[in-house]
Amino acid sequence: MNSPLPSAKGESGKQPKLTFKLDLQAYTLIIALVLIAVIFSIFTGGEFLSSRNISNLFTQMSVIAVLAIGMTLIIVAGHIDLSVGSLVGLLGGIAAILQVWHGWGTIPVIIVTVIAGALLGLWQGWWIAYRAVPAFIVTLGGMLVFRGILIGISKGQTVAPMNETFKQIGNSYLPYVLGYILAVISIALLIYGTYRNRFKRKQLGLVIPAGIIDYGKVSLYSFFILLATYMLNRYLGIPVPIFIVIVLAAIFIFISNKTAFGRYVYAIGGNQEAAALSGINIKWNTLWVFITMGALAGIGGILLTSRLNAATVSAGDMYELDAIAACVIGGTSLMGGKGRITGALIGALIMASIDNGMSIMNIEAFWQYIVKGLILILAVWVDISSKK
Amino acid sequence: MFALEMKGITKEFPGVRALDNVTFSVRKGEIHALCGENGAGKSTLMKILSGVYPHNSYSGQIYINGKEAEFKSIKESQEAGVGIIYQELALVEEMSVAENLFLSHDLMRQKIVNWNKIYSEAKKKLAEIGLNIDPQVKVGDLTVGKQQLVEIAKALTKKTEILILDEPTAALTESDVKVLINLLNDLRDQGVTCIYISHKLGEVLELADTVTILRDGKTISTELIKDMTEQKIVSKMVGRDLTELFPYEPHAIGRENVLEVIDYSFTDESGKKLISDVSFRLRRGEILGFSGLMGAGRSELFVSLFGGLKGKKKGSVLIEGTKKNITQPSNAIKHGMAYVSEDRKRYGLVLGMEITKNTTLAALNKVMKFKVIDAALEVKNATMVTDKMKLKAPNLETKVGQLSGGNQQKVVLSKWLMNNPKILILDEPTRGIDVGAKYEIYKIINELAKEGVGIVIISSELPEVMGMSDRIIVMSEGKITGEFLRAHATQEKIMTCATGGKQNEQSTSIG
Repeated sequence: MNSPLPSAKGESGKQPKLTFKLDLQAYTLIIALVLIAVIFSIFTGGEFLSSRNISNLFTQMSVIAVLAIGMTLIIVAGHIDLSVGSLVGLLGGIAAILQVWHGWGTIPVIIVTVIAGALLGLWQGWWIAYRAVPAFIVTLGGMLVFRGILIGISKGQTVAPMNETFKQIGNSYLPYVLGYILAVISIALLIYGTYRNRFKRKQLGLVIPAGIIDYGKVSLYSFFILLATYMLNRYLGIPVPIFIVIVLAAIFIFISNKTAFGRYVYAIGGNQEAAALSGINIKWNTLWVFITMGALAGIGGILLTSRLNAATVSAGDMYELDAIAACVIGGTSLMGGKGRITGALIGALIMASIDNGMSIMNIEAFWQYIVKGLILILAVWVDISSKK
Repeated sequence: MFALEMKGITKEFPGVRALDNVTFSVRKGEIHALCGENGAGKSTLMKILSGVYPHNSYSGQIYINGKEAEFKSIKESQEAGVGIIYQELALVEEMSVAENLFLSHDLMRQKIVNWNKIYSEAKKKLAEIGLNIDPQVKVGDLTVGKQQLVEIAKALTKKTEILILDEPTAALTESDVKVLINLLNDLRDQGVTCIYISHKLGEVLELADTVTILRDGKTISTELIKDMTEQKIVSKMVGRDLTELFPYEPHAIGRENVLEVIDYSFTDESGKKLISDVSFRLRRGEILGFSGLMGAGRSELFVSLFGGLKGKKKGSVLIEGTKKNITQPSNAIKHGMAYVSEDRKRYGLVLGMEITKNTTLAALNKVMKFKVIDAALEVKNATMVTDKMKLKAPNLETKVGQLSGGNQQKVVLSKWLMNNPKILILDEPTRGIDVGAKYEIYKIINELAKEGVGIVIISSELPEVMGMSDRIIVMSEGKITGEFLRAHATQEKIMTCATGGKQNEQSTSIG
């Protein structure tokens, strides 16, 4: 802070250090992921990276990934939601009861479940935003209330089986051709987006990273998109659940970066008092964060019930912790104001990989808990110490 | 006879040399002021002295009473008699005064704590510094001024020989400052050596014996106070001559009122009447100063007008002649009001966010197309407004938390100017900002007044209010107690009104 600083205009190319440093943090996650993949491949004799297993892995992580998307917003806003596991269980239960006991069609079931999720989110958000009860308490209460309601309305029974169409949601695959088409479209969007971004920044006289970094990244991402599509197509195609995750992620990345709501969530989490004096309606936005989380839990519940082809009273148990862990591993700060949805998705993938890899290795289940817990601590420690 | 000598101190941070061969010598029993702009290295130097930056993390030597000291921790420096009081107070608000005083004292480290002894000792310590408060009172219930004195008392519970005060009066009112100055004079008589860091040069001239001036991490000079004037110190601090501290420029004041407040009262949620029957008006292009002691209700008046406080309002508020009902900040913003708070880190900025995003926080609708934020437009607007503020930053994607106080304040101003306000309320606009940046902010205020913005400056620094305002309103205990035109205002008149004096009624009040 001592040296005279250059003017705010920032001549291009003056600060390559800054952008590089930021990227490094994103890369640690990817490096960790690659490391995990390599270790498990070695110990499972390549089974971990087989097409079939990658397909399974993605399908397994889908519910947590959907929850992690919403949880990122919640944590960024400076709150926490401990009820999402019970919420997923309850909403999955509602879906199953409507279909199995009352004979509803798949589409009305989906609509009603998502709306029910949003309403339960509204209930919790109202307590948190308008009655100023800490989110920790409200959602801890919700965790018990929702699980209780589930046990009550399902009379403690497993509700099954679902209709064939409902089963498809969690258990089917996109046709190969469609998979490749989507891969190509997303790569094209990636290249166009990067080009447009660079062009605009150049016009505005902003710092732009060297072309090789930007386009190198694009090539790397494109390679992974193609590789993943190829691997998945070698088995049965892109699983529908992961396709849903990608679509939701795209929507919420857009919301968080490009809409007033998204910006306000980050501002509220970063400094609530400053946000309030800037004319931001804290309560209203907080309420909507929880409504969103509820709706996403509805989608999570549908995916889970569909995959299991049943709703059980213990469905979604402990999912809240996996979702929170995914966010935190992905770099979301529990202090609020900081966090990215892509990070949370990678976090979810890391958590799922550990579960999956250890299962293939036939390691007893108790080890999975221990290892996941330790990784959570380790991830936060790395995050904190890298800031020093 | 030096109580403290620091020789050839050099401290480097990655990429920055914060201190460059600094020499700093303090005679025993004197009050030695340390002056310099923000970033000149004052705090770094004091952190070295107090062991925050341990020995070996810097080069150079420290001698205390002639003996070389190598502090590896804060504890070691405390044991050697160095006590430091930071700008941000380090008291536990939920604990009693006595508990705070003896928090790390031997009296607390007994197997069974003798509370009676602690309370009686605390009472004694407080009496020694002339502070008459109950040691069982919670620190959080005291005023900031009293807390500051408790902090000093705490330092004196250990055998402190060198007391360092970092901006002790930044948050104090004039009357609390008087108490503090008296106390420090007493301590000097008792032989305590004091290092006094302050931006308020008036206090430095009144209080200190000697002054050392740092600039850009180097010692510029050490002088006896009796040879110095405010102008001389400032020119050494900034390395150039500032022709005047307050660049007031006469400007045209419009006829129409941008803001008119009539018989306005405000009662907070707990039923406490903070503002009673306040009436005033602000003209287009006018700079209206609000003076008063801390707790006079100036901030509360404007925060409540801005819709930022919950409670009951009475009376009417007219903006550009039409009555407006403002219940939350977004209403106020819509009607052209802007409020720059007294605590920019708490109420003004999202420190972890980029400059660009901070500047558009209150005006996001201006950079959106079809409800979607247009990044290019956002950057364009941010660049425009920060250029006008002469903001100095590596680039607009720098996190606001990494900027200096003056530049942070410019970001807050940028945020509000993005809305082209008609009424700009500045609450302590230059608190904790160095002289150079202050001057630039005053310039900006003048500029805005010329453009026709009605400006309110709330300030606890009398010279600032008097130096910048066209008209000054004085408040005391939630009421307006005086009003003066620029030409008629004197420190004495303002202070009389601020302390609730009644003789102002026949004076220059112009209603």
